Amino acid sequence: MAENQLGVTRPHDLWGRILDSDLFYSFKRNPVAVVSAIATVIFFIGAGFAPWLAPHNPFDPASLDLMEASTPPAWIEDGMSKFLLGTDDQGRDILSTIMYGSRVSLIVGFSAVIFSVVVGVSTGLLAGYLGGWTDAVIMRAADVQLAIPAILIALMINGVVAILLPRNMQVEMAVYVLILAIGVSEWPKYARVTRGSTMVERNKEYVAAAQVIGVHPFLIMLRHVLPNVMGPVLVFATLGLALAVITEATLSFLGVGVPPTTPSLGTLIRIGNNYLFSGEWWIILFPCVALVTLVLAVNLLGDWLRDALNPKLR
Amino acid sequence: MVVVSLVSFMLFNFVGDPVDNMVGQEASYEERVAMRDNLGLNDPFLIQFGRFMGNAMQGEFGISYRIQRPVADLIAERMPATLELVIISAILSVFLGIPMGIYTGIKPNSWLSRSFLVGSLVGVTLPTFVIGILLIYIFAVGLGILPSFGRGEAIQIGWWSTGLLTASGWKAIIMPSVTLALFQMTIIMRLVRSEMLEVMRTDYIKFARARGLPNRTINFGHAFKNTLVPVITIVGLNLGSLIAFSIITETVFQWPGMGFLFIQAVGFADIPVMAAYLVLVAVIFVSINLFVDILYFVVDPRLRVDKTVAAGN
Repeated sequence: MAENQLGVTRPHDLWGRILDSDLFYSFKRNPVAVVSAIATVIFFIGAGFAPWLAPHNPFDPASLDLMEASTPPAWIEDGMSKFLLGTDDQGRDILSTIMYGSRVSLIVGFSAVIFSVVVGVSTGLLAGYLGGWTDAVIMRAADVQLAIPAILIALMINGVVAILLPRNMQVEMAVYVLILAIGVSEWPKYARVTRGSTMVERNKEYVAAAQVIGVHPFLIMLRHVLPNVMGPVLVFATLGLALAVITEATLSFLGVGVPPTTPSLGTLIRIGNNYLFSGEWWIILFPCVALVTLVLAVNLLGDWLRDALNPKLR
Repeated sequence: MVVVSLVSFMLFNFVGDPVDNMVGQEASYEERVAMRDNLGLNDPFLIQFGRFMGNAMQGEFGISYRIQRPVADLIAERMPATLELVIISAILSVFLGIPMGIYTGIKPNSWLSRSFLVGSLVGVTLPTFVIGILLIYIFAVGLGILPSFGRGEAIQIGWWSTGLLTASGWKAIIMPSVTLALFQMTIIMRLVRSEMLEVMRTDYIKFARARGLPNRTINFGHAFKNTLVPVITIVGLNLGSLIAFSIITETVFQWPGMGFLFIQAVGFADIPVMAAYLVLVAVIFVSINLFVDILYFVVDPRLRVDKTVAAGN
C-alpha cells in the first residue's frame, strides 16, 4: 500500500488496481451490468470450452443414434435425461450443438470486430491526423458505404467472394469469407469515431511536444494518439460484437453464411425452421433463445460501458 | 450512385462462371462455348460493360442465367410485392414510432413509457428473422389465424399486382410488415424520445410555459417541430434499410418479392439478377437521400434563411 498526496491508500498490484478503479466501482453499483457480464462470461466459457464441457459431441457420427432423433427436452414426456434440451432430426443433442454453435458465432463475431477495428482505427487515425486529401478520400469512401445498410454490404461481399473462390474451396473458406464480409461492412463506424477523437487529440500539447522533438508522425499516432482514442472505440467494439453476431446469424439463416457442417447459431435456427410446422419446437426455440440472450447481454454490457466511460455522466 | 452501380457491376462482371452453374457436369466443351457466345460472355470487358450500362439506362438488364427470362420482367413482377411490404412497414413504424416517442419523451416516468422502453429493448435485440419465426410460430402454427407464407391472392392492375385488395392479401401482409417494422419502429421511438427530452430542457420551452401556452401547443407546436430534422434524417435512411431488411423478411415468409429473388440469385450466381437488384437498390437509396435533403428545407427555416442571405450577398 502506498500513500499519495491525498492520503488515500491505493493498492499497487494489477488486480488490486482493477478492483479499486472507478470503472469497477460503477460496475458493482449496476446490477444489470453484473448480470449481463455473468451471462456473457457463461457464454464465453460454454462456447470456448465446448469440446470439453458439452455433454455430447454432435459432430461425431459414431455417437449419433437415429433412434434418438427428435427427442423432446428432458422435462417433457418422452424426453431423455441425457438430452437436456432434446435432440434434432439426426439425433444430435441440442444443448451441445448450441455450445458448438455459439463457439462458431463468437469466433466469427470477434474476428469480424477485430478486423473492422483494425481497418477502421488505422484509417481513422490517418484521416484525423494527416487531414487534407487523405482525410477527404478516406471519409468519402466511408460516407458512401454508410449510405448503404451494412447487412446489404455484407451480403454482397459474401456473395461475390464466395463465387470468386473455386468450388472445392467454398465450404472451407466460408467462415473466413463471412468474417471478411462482416468486418468490411462495419469499418466506417470505427473510422468515424477514431477520426473525431484524433482530430481533438491532435491539437493537444503532448502531440505538439512530440512533434517538436522530431518523433516520426506514425510513431506519434501509434504511441501517443492511439491510446487516447481507444475509449470510444472500445464501446463501439462491444456493441459491434453484438451486431456482428446478429449479422452472422442473419447471413447464416439466409443460407449464405457458414456451411451446415460447422453450424453457427444462425445455421441452427435455419435448420430448426424446417421443423417449425411439425411441432418439434425445441429444435428452433433453444438456439433462438441462446442467440437473443447472448446479444442482449453483450448489448447491455456495451450500454453500461458507454455510460461508465462518458465523463459527462460521472 | 454512379459509384455504387459501377462497382456493383464491375464486381459481378469479374466473378464466377455462370455457365458452370447452368450446365451439368456432362456438358461438352463445344456446348459451353456456344452458351458463352449466346450470353455474350466472350466479348471484351469494356464492350460488355458498355452494353450493360446502355441497357441499364433503358431498364434492360439482360436475361437471368437461371430462369431464362428477362431480368427486367422478373424484377417488375416482384417489385410490387416488395414495395407494398416496405410501404406498409414504413407507415407502421412512422405512425406508431413517432407517437410512442413523443409520449415517452413527455411523460418519461409513467408506467406506459417504461413498458414501451422495455419493449423497445426487445425490438433492438431480437434479430429480424427471430421476430418473424416467433410470429409464425404464434399466429400461424399455434393459433392458425394467419398464413405463414406467400402474399395471398393478388389482383392484377395493369402491370402492378396488388395484394391489398383481397382479404387474404391483407391477412398475409400483417406478419411480414410487423416483422419488418418492429426494428425501425423502436429506432424511431428511441430517437424521438431522446430528442424530445433534450428539447424539453431548452429555454424556449420554459418560456413558452411561462407564457401560459397550453400543453398541446408546447408539445407539438414547439417541441416536436424542433425534433423533426434528425427524425427525418433517420427515417429517410431507415426507409432504405427497410428495403435491405426486406431480404430477410421475405425469406422468412417466402414473400414473392425482390429480396427473395436476390437471395435465390446469390445462391445460383445469377449475375444479371444480382446486378440489376443492386443497381435498383442504389437508385432507390439515392432518390431517398435526395428527397430527404429537399425535405430539410421544408422543415428547417434556418436553411432557407441562409440561402436567401447568401443570395443577397
